[in-house]
Amino acid sequence: MSTLLEVSGVSVSFDGFRAISNLSFRIAKTELRAVIGPNGAGKTTFMDIVTGKTRADEGRISWGDEGTSLRGLSEARIARMGIGRKFQKPTVFEDQTVQENLLMALKNKRGVFGVLFYRPSDRDLDRVAEWAGEIGLADHLLRKSGELSHGQKQWLEIGMLLAQDPRLLLIDEPAAGMTPQEREKTTDILVKAARTRAVVVVEHDMDFVRRLNCKVTVLHEGSVLAEGSLDHVTANQAVVDVYLGR
Amino acid sequence: MQRSFFARNPSALVFISILAITVLLVTIFSDAFGVGPISTSFVKTLGKTLCLCLVALAMDLVWGYCGILSLGHFAFFGLGGYMIGMWLMYRRTHDIVVASMAESALPPTPQDITDAIANQIFGVVGSADFPLIWYFADSLFLQLALVVLVPGLLALVFGWLAFRSRVAGVYLSILTQAMTLALSLYLFQNDSGLRGNNGLSGLQNLPGLDQVPQSVVSVWFLWGSALALALGYLLAAWLVSGKFGSVMRGIRDNEARVRFLGYSVETFKLVVFTLTACIAGIAGALYYPQAGIVNPAEIAPIASVYLAVWVAIGGRGRLYGAVIGAAFVSLVSSWFTGGQAPDVPLGFYTIKWVDWWLIVLGLSFVLVTLFAPKGIGGLVDLWVHRKSPDRHGADLGPSAGALREQEASE
Repeated sequence: MSTLLEVSGVSVSFDGFRAISNLSFRIAKTELRAVIGPNGAGKTTFMDIVTGKTRADEGRISWGDEGTSLRGLSEARIARMGIGRKFQKPTVFEDQTVQENLLMALKNKRGVFGVLFYRPSDRDLDRVAEWAGEIGLADHLLRKSGELSHGQKQWLEIGMLLAQDPRLLLIDEPAAGMTPQEREKTTDILVKAARTRAVVVVEHDMDFVRRLNCKVTVLHEGSVLAEGSLDHVTANQAVVDVYLGR
Repeated sequence: MQRSFFARNPSALVFISILAITVLLVTIFSDAFGVGPISTSFVKTLGKTLCLCLVALAMDLVWGYCGILSLGHFAFFGLGGYMIGMWLMYRRTHDIVVASMAESALPPTPQDITDAIANQIFGVVGSADFPLIWYFADSLFLQLALVVLVPGLLALVFGWLAFRSRVAGVYLSILTQAMTLALSLYLFQNDSGLRGNNGLSGLQNLPGLDQVPQSVVSVWFLWGSALALALGYLLAAWLVSGKFGSVMRGIRDNEARVRFLGYSVETFKLVVFTLTACIAGIAGALYYPQAGIVNPAEIAPIASVYLAVWVAIGGRGRLYGAVIGAAFVSLVSSWFTGGQAPDVPLGFYTIKWVDWWLIVLGLSFVLVTLFAPKGIGGLVDLWVHRKSPDRHGADLGPSAGALREQEASE
């Protein structure tokens, strides 16, 4: 399997606090990966670095077959290169309909004039309807997304990410605040998405991670502590000490 | 799903109809063309109000839709006025000078004429030379181009610097206000080349049209202002109804999220900021010939704050809200401050509205912000029964589990 994203030797400090230290991480083109770790392990900072929100102090972040460096690129640029990100709190545009949200996310021209003269084609509307079906919101296309339930908003955001058609999806705690049925559905969506692209899920909830049934990376104090199947990492004494055995 | 422009923007059709009917009625009842109960000065007030509506529309685009609380758009408005004012004043002074020199024994050289015009215009600030910025003042076409270019360029440079460094929120507001203040202070100087605190005056007299009475000119400007407002409304409606509007509102509600969707937020902001500055410039260029005078006091930061107050009272985030706010507040304002409102004697104290109006305005701004954030435009929602989800300020957040709140269901 060829590598899509390779992070090597990356470090970041905030006012002397080393949030990420010498982190190395790679993910293949089609892979589902769970990232776990105690609070302050650097999970969110890791996402910030990859998506360009935070600048790395040192290290290398290379992307795709050409190994393009992502360091120093703007968030928007990185997003256009094919990295989508979902935040912990569902952040959909509440004042706009589900359809408008999805149309905005749909892979299309992102420049000012491209957007200005954009009129949704039938094909685009079909695609939006398709994604809405995928995330169970087909009947809610014209509702304002602010009216949706918490779980529905989470899905809408995942749907927006998928509509972006990214090659790498970074997802922060997708199952937070969901009912068991909603979690199951979320698992299905993610597993299905990971068949055609790379998906990295940051999650606290061990049951959810178990259900994802994928390779797990344990972060601790800003670097990788262990990597492997969930059973493998949970058997690791160091992991038990810092995280599971609390 | 593909619907026509007016189906997507029902307010545009209603708005333009109301505007057209108003203008028609005013024309019929004006001094110039009709039976005449509407005085020329009131026609001018209405024409000026339409220009204020146009700049409020620009403010609504930049603030209500894009979330940039600019306290500098009245500076762009004033600059537009200055640009057209330069031509008006130059041309008119030119005509007067040529007429008076025609009686002299020796025919004047072009240099004589230029010197005499400069003397006329800049005598009040103790100068007799044309500053470089008046270079194009002879050409109506170029000055009209500058009406758009000068505010646009200033907004472009300012916005590029501010947005690129991710200045946002209240800091951006302060920065725009500082820009406005700096510009106004600069123009107050006598050697700014724009006649210092005297400003440019006599703008109501159109060069070469001396024989046309002001009553007719006022109606022309009313038409021009109404046309500009209608076109501005259509442009704004087109901008906000499509995906561009989606992105704008997205930037207003969650800038970071839009960035992670791959849109260059800074570029979008810059385009909106610059475009609205150009619209403000056009509005100013139509306003000041009706006002007759433009001076640096017009550009003072307070004017831009008023602009924000109009849009807030009218209801930001909806185009007609901005227009209603600007029209309503500025007309009521001129009624109160014009000394027409009767004083209220309380026995121990007499309320003079000229003094108290600002307090009433300030109070209503606070009240609207606190209790009716949708503004006057929100009344339309009551009428068409549009509801927005009332989440009591709370998220349907993770702590509440996945249970949907009562109001989230239909």
